[in-house]
Amino acid sequence: MNPNLQLTADGRLRHLLTLEGLEAPLLTQILDKAEELDAATQGPEKKLELLRGRTVINLFFEASTRTRTTFELAAKRLSADVLNLQVSASSTSKGETLLDTLKTLEAMQADMFVIRHEASGAAHFFAEHAAPGVAILNAGDGRHAHPTQGLLDLYTIRKHKGDFRQLTVAIVGDILHSRVARSDIHGLRALGAKEIRVVAPPTLIPAGIEAMGAKVYHSLAAGLDGADVVILLRLQKERMLGAFLPSLGEFHRDFGLTRERLRHLKPDAIIMHPGPINRGVEIEGDLAYGERSLILQQVQYGISVRMAVMALILGGEA
Amino acid sequence: MSLLIRGARVLDPASGLDGVAEVGIRDGLIDHLGNGAPAGAYEETLDAAGLWLMPGLLDLAARFREPGQSHKASFRSEVPAAFASGITGIVLPPDTSPAIDSPAIVNRIHRSASAAGPLNVHVLGALTKGLAGEALSEMGSLKQAGCVGLGNAYAPLANPLIARRALEYANGLGLTVHVFAQDASLANGGCVHEGPVGTRLGLSPIPAAAEVAALRFWISLVEDTGASIHVGRLSTAKGAGLVESAQRRGLPVTADVAVHQLFLTDEDVDGFNAQCHVIPPLRSAEDRDGLREAVRRGAIGAICSDHQPHEIDAKTNPFPQTEQGISGLESLLPLALRFAAETGMAPLDLVARLSSGPAAVIEAEAGSLALGRPADLLLVDSQARWRLQAAALRSAGRNTPFDGSEMHGRVVRTLVRGQTVFSA
Repeated sequence: MNPNLQLTADGRLRHLLTLEGLEAPLLTQILDKAEELDAATQGPEKKLELLRGRTVINLFFEASTRTRTTFELAAKRLSADVLNLQVSASSTSKGETLLDTLKTLEAMQADMFVIRHEASGAAHFFAEHAAPGVAILNAGDGRHAHPTQGLLDLYTIRKHKGDFRQLTVAIVGDILHSRVARSDIHGLRALGAKEIRVVAPPTLIPAGIEAMGAKVYHSLAAGLDGADVVILLRLQKERMLGAFLPSLGEFHRDFGLTRERLRHLKPDAIIMHPGPINRGVEIEGDLAYGERSLILQQVQYGISVRMAVMALILGGEA
Repeated sequence: MSLLIRGARVLDPASGLDGVAEVGIRDGLIDHLGNGAPAGAYEETLDAAGLWLMPGLLDLAARFREPGQSHKASFRSEVPAAFASGITGIVLPPDTSPAIDSPAIVNRIHRSASAAGPLNVHVLGALTKGLAGEALSEMGSLKQAGCVGLGNAYAPLANPLIARRALEYANGLGLTVHVFAQDASLANGGCVHEGPVGTRLGLSPIPAAAEVAALRFWISLVEDTGASIHVGRLSTAKGAGLVESAQRRGLPVTADVAVHQLFLTDEDVDGFNAQCHVIPPLRSAEDRDGLREAVRRGAIGAICSDHQPHEIDAKTNPFPQTEQGISGLESLLPLALRFAAETGMAPLDLVARLSSGPAAVIEAEAGSLALGRPADLLLVDSQARWRLQAAALRSAGRNTPFDGSEMHGRVVRTLVRGQTVFSA
């Protein structure tokens, strides 16, 4: 398989499948574009003409309202036509394969598919089989990647903290199942973050994560010590209990971010979370929207970042 | 019908012969071996100078998908592929559909197989009814129907007590139990080796401990019951070490490895290469090297293809949703020869791993060129170098990660019971 499946021969973005392998100049270009689009959509008139006449299909095999909505809004603000498809297991149980689904929708002359799927590697699979003019934008595949979330996290950090090379970033929570953590680590590493930490009990740390460039901490106090940025991950309660954690209460006790624990962080540290939050689990309720928290800004930036990716891929802009 | 093959380098691991010699075949049996005067005249003489002559390969794990999955392959499609690859015998795992848990199915398989050609098809019976892991199969009847051993394929056993009783019962019948050493709970539905590559790709991991823990379990039951086990498809260096130490203690434990495990590692999965989705998974380079060493030393006494042909759709999905396995028949000998060339393993030892080694596991009359044995053998041009092309495979399954890879050796002729079943 072509390792640069997502890049054109001259290094431009053709699909966005993962942040792995994307180098600093390209990441910076995307973030700059997002900044430009963020500024351009601050007024009452939020619609740009960049993707007029283009068709974007949101193809979601996993239920999601928030992420799908931000992609939809991003495409609409660029004047693209948007189709939302929530595909359940039913179409595959009728004997239609994933490839059939893709080919059928391609025949409707879509320009881009925004795809979320529960299987790691699904976005690569679609990109390998997509027709030449059709772009794939990964909106989350299994535990593998969630590159636009990674980009919006990078965007948030750059906007509020500046130079990555000075920053210590702690990612806290369910690293094992998290595509967000993996995308964040790739992006932070490419942009030269000083230190990337993953903080969780050993049952939630995947084997060999150090090879991605992250330092492993099993103690929250040590993991937060001197950090500039803390990214909390959502704990999927239903799959945690018994198998990975004794209880949510115990997780909160040992790994939940509380007002008291803020003292470990740098005084000007920021708090991020991809949402939706479990109040009282990953984070104490009143911290979520407190002065350190950028959780709501992340949602807003998410739209600009997704617009930027769509514009760069479909608009052919440099 | 009689045939004299002259001039070939004869490799017969059963007798230790490695040298230019004549092989005479009469009425399907070997009736002359060596450089003395043959007992009589032969109708045909074949000059095989420059070629290697060896016993036909016995492949300890090859799925031909019949009955139950004939959309993937069949005896009709796979038997010629086996012959073209120098394979004269296979062992069929019991996970057909229905499973091989009754004499009727054994008979049906033998009928379908023999209609497709004279391949020696050996059958493993199901260790438990329907492979459900809960009740012992009718092992005595299966043995009588011709099963050469018992196994539960990839299906787990319900609990350790069933495992122990199954071993005891099989032992009473003198049947070896073929074990898939992977603890199902530890494997937890995973699809890749637990390590940096699987973590980066976000694929569910199968830790090496799943194999190691299962092996320790089975070996302690062997100590307990005295039953013989054969461990199929080892994947870890540690597992190979456990097998070797069990053998040193005199326990009746044998093992094989799939030839792809001697070449590929978890790095090959990178980029979500579904052709490398195999169970047990491709592991680390250290594991691969440990397996190579165990093959060289003989702790792993057999190399098999683990042939699992698929239709194209089976691999056309996101990685975790693809079906496992490689269409491996046609790369077994060429990869094994390449392995020997890369490691400096003696040709006679390599041939042993492909013929007499596996024959010993199922106590088959195979893997030997001794007088009076069936003339199941092949001639191979060991110096040939070529690149495998998936699209050119004879097997109905074109699923291979070795598309474009260098292969060593070409089969020139394959004989079964003296009859030429393949000729290049």
